[in-house]
Amino acid sequence: MRILVCVKRVPAPGARINVTADGMAVDSAHLGFTTSPHEECAVEEAVRLVGEHGGEVTVMTLGPAAAEEQLRYAASVGADRFVLVPISEVDWDPQRTAAALAGSIADVESVDGAFDLVLFGNESADAGGFQVGVRVAHALGRPVVNGIKGVDIADGVASARREVDGGFEVYELPLPAVLGVKEGINLPRYPTMKGRLASKKAEVAVDERSVEVGGQVRVRLHRPVETVSETVILGTGPEAAPAVVDLLEELGLLP
Amino acid sequence: MSLLVICDHDRGTLAEASLEALAFGRPLAILAGLEMTAVVIGEGAEQAAVDLAAHGASTVHVASHELLTDFGPEAWGETVAQLVRASGTTVVLACGTDRGNEVVAHVAARLDQPFVANCRSVEPDAGDWTMTRVQWGGSLLEDVKLTADVVLVTVAHHVVEPALADVPAAGVVTSFRPDLDAALARTVVIDRVVLTRGVTLATAPVVVGGGRGVGSAEAFGPLEELADLLGGVVGCSRAVTNNGWRPHSDQVGQTGTRIAPEIYIASGISGAIQHWVGAMAARNILAINTDSEANMVARAGHAVIGDLHQVIPAIIEEIRRRRG
Ligand SMILES: Cc1cc2nc3c(=O)[nH]c(=O)nc-3n(C[C@H](O)[C@H](O)[C@H](O)COP(=O)(O)OP(=O)(O)OC[C@H]3O[C@@H](n4cnc5c(N)ncnc54)[C@H](O)[C@@H]3O)c2cc1C
Ligand SMILES: Nc1ncnc2c1ncn2[C@@H]1O[C@H](COP(=O)(O)O)[C@@H](O)[C@H]1O
Repeated sequence: MRILVCVKRVPAPGARINVTADGMAVDSAHLGFTTSPHEECAVEEAVRLVGEHGGEVTVMTLGPAAAEEQLRYAASVGADRFVLVPISEVDWDPQRTAAALAGSIADVESVDGAFDLVLFGNESADAGGFQVGVRVAHALGRPVVNGIKGVDIADGVASARREVDGGFEVYELPLPAVLGVKEGINLPRYPTMKGRLASKKAEVAVDERSVEVGGQVRVRLHRPVETVSETVILGTGPEAAPAVVDLLEELGLLP
Repeated sequence: MSLLVICDHDRGTLAEASLEALAFGRPLAILAGLEMTAVVIGEGAEQAAVDLAAHGASTVHVASHELLTDFGPEAWGETVAQLVRASGTTVVLACGTDRGNEVVAHVAARLDQPFVANCRSVEPDAGDWTMTRVQWGGSLLEDVKLTADVVLVTVAHHVVEPALADVPAAGVVTSFRPDLDAALARTVVIDRVVLTRGVTLATAPVVVGGGRGVGSAEAFGPLEELADLLGGVVGCSRAVTNNGWRPHSDQVGQTGTRIAPEIYIASGISGAIQHWVGAMAARNILAINTDSEANMVARAGHAVIGDLHQVIPAIIEEIRRRRG
């Protein structure tokens, strides 16, 4: 079983997200970077499935050269092969990203054969375009369902569960297939010492792609207007309890 | 020339979110000089189409085909793509729910057009349209310029309220039969599992949230007790789910659940922006934190500065005392 996971490197902001002076990017000067959470779970799911069925996990990212950090993190939790599609811009639009990833996947497949499963996150944490996985699946001519919170593979079929109000829906996709997964599908493992050592030695293939820009062009990023109100301090320590209960009473929450 | 609103329904029951898309689409269609039409797909579509005239749809396309037995993102996307080609549609709009965004992504892939997801505003123009869209689950906004033959957008959920049109539209119902390949049935829902739950995190009137400051799975006991006393549920931060102290279904935030309770009691939670976007719709927020400088304290309406392991039991005791 061969599984490919597409992950995106994103900044990890704290209390608020600051934007660069030109408004074109998140100001990441003092920030760490991470793998978008849904995709971190996608990597875990791939490693879990390969643990169960045998095979190998390839992880691909389109991003700056520094995105190698996220590929090495994937190596530290059990992924086997790595592809970086380097870009010199801050980010590519969704059409361009999808075309580049689809091209790169097709090239890997032309050598090693089709991946049984290609995993995406439901949406990227920063851009949140809700489309790259669907576009890639369409380009590859494979079935795809988003929002997946559970998957089992048997007899060449991926049985996938998706949460809806009051329960879940079940889909059955013949392999090769594509899934967009959501955080909560599993609890990603932490890297082990052995994993960390292996990740240092992991080889990252670099696949430069030249693709036309898409129709959606960034003009600027900005923070939504926030109404900041004064915080009423009800007290310090357990002595504040009566004031808290007064508040609950006022709100009619203590019948 | 028309603006087509994709209306979602669940086996005949129109989704509330689609009414938001119709309310958003009405002024947009007028500004752009377009007729507003709607499409409802699959079994039950006719039933779901009934109210659409009152919400301003001049024409309602009811799409049916034997493969369209239940929701299926590929089959729905292909159906809309064919309808766009057949009907002189120049703008496609849906509500940015999981399904809405997924179906429009399929339409975009099939028509090879850009797709701008989760817009808060859309400005039509003779040339390039512009829109403001949501990034980071609502923590950041992005202004974009769009060059496209067909404008494909979703409006972020809860940006507008459902509202009837001032004057009902004709709502002429026409049937549409897409030409669908059997292979598209591979992603149609084949089974549904219903889970009966009590109060859910998304709808609970009280949420008692716990973060890393709670310290362990066992230490959530008092939070559960307080939630029970108030008829609410427990929520948590991602630090908590990552530690395996609570299931992901309890997580509040960008990659968890959006809550909107009467009060959110956020204890031992620093208030990172990704947590905040899930909590900010709460009517009242009470932060309990040892750190008076914590972001959650700054953003909350009320706060108690102190150790949650002492404060929460004291609140429980006080409620019990008053109830006698
Ligand atoms: C793309 C992305 C998406 C994310 N999505 C989410 C999401 O959906 N939901 C989410 O929650 N996070 C999310 N995060 C993670 C987020 O950035 C924070 O890391 C996380 O919310 C921190 O959790 P916390 O507040 O519990 O922990 P911390 O930040 O460690 O804060 C702990 C707080 O507890 C206080 N404290 C400690 N001990 C006590 C005590 N005894 N009594 C009272 N107070 C005490 C401390 O003063 C501190 O304020 C996301 C991150 C990224 C990058
Ligand atoms: N630059 C990228 N590199 C690799 N994968 C990406 C990239 N951008 C998006 N993806 C994948 O596509 C999914 C959907 O992204 P989006 O359409 O931006 O919401 C993400 O969850 C990732 O799995």
